[in-house]
Amino acid sequence: MARISVQTGNFDVGAEFAALTGGRTDIGGIGCFVGTVRGPVAAMTLEHYPAMTKRAVTDIVAEAERRWSLLGCTVIHRYGRLLAGENIVLVLAAAAHRQPALDATAFLIDWLKTKAPFWKKEEDAEGATSWVEARVEDDHAAARW
Amino acid sequence: MADVEAPMTVLYFAWLRERTGTAQESVTPPADITTVGALIAWLVERGPGFASAFANRRAVRCAVNQEFADPATHIGPGDEVAFFPPVTGG
Repeated sequence: MARISVQTGNFDVGAEFAALTGGRTDIGGIGCFVGTVRGPVAAMTLEHYPAMTKRAVTDIVAEAERRWSLLGCTVIHRYGRLLAGENIVLVLAAAAHRQPALDATAFLIDWLKTKAPFWKKEEDAEGATSWVEARVEDDHAAARW
Repeated sequence: MADVEAPMTVLYFAWLRERTGTAQESVTPPADITTVGALIAWLVERGPGFASAFANRRAVRCAVNQEFADPATHIGPGDEVAFFPPVTGG
């Protein structure tokens, strides 16, 4: 049921929204999260573990579907070099009511940040690079679920 | 047991890849290397890049056959073992 994609190219939030909800009348709410590259970094390069990533994301989505009655779900995560302002990740979760839609969306992005094998390298305007360090706040956010 | 001699595949990501200078390699450690922790101890003896990559073991995460694992996880011939920093996606 869920649409999961790990890709280099951008995604169209409107098109993904329409694909999730088109022709349906059972959905009462859709949670949406879009993560983007925040300045002042000039760019970010995301590396991932291809053999593991799809499975890890699929497992995270399955856990969301186990916890909430979702009527649809979309997770798209980009990798490669992304410029400031570009999209990184999209999470859509559709349910009959707002609370499961919003909670599942927050759960999905919290777990993606801490349990999917992606690594970010930041690049400043001079081209100097540094690996982003994992934040303990993200572990706490993931642990609250 | 035909696969006893099968090598392990070891993958390195992010700064572990940079410090080891290696993205992927096949290794055949001694038969008594049966856990991730023992494999790390064996790998760090192979050169300064590996020693540097694993200098702070608490900053290293691992997966065995694409599942998150830990130093006590059992490994054997033919397994795929990956080393990487804590993940920072999303």
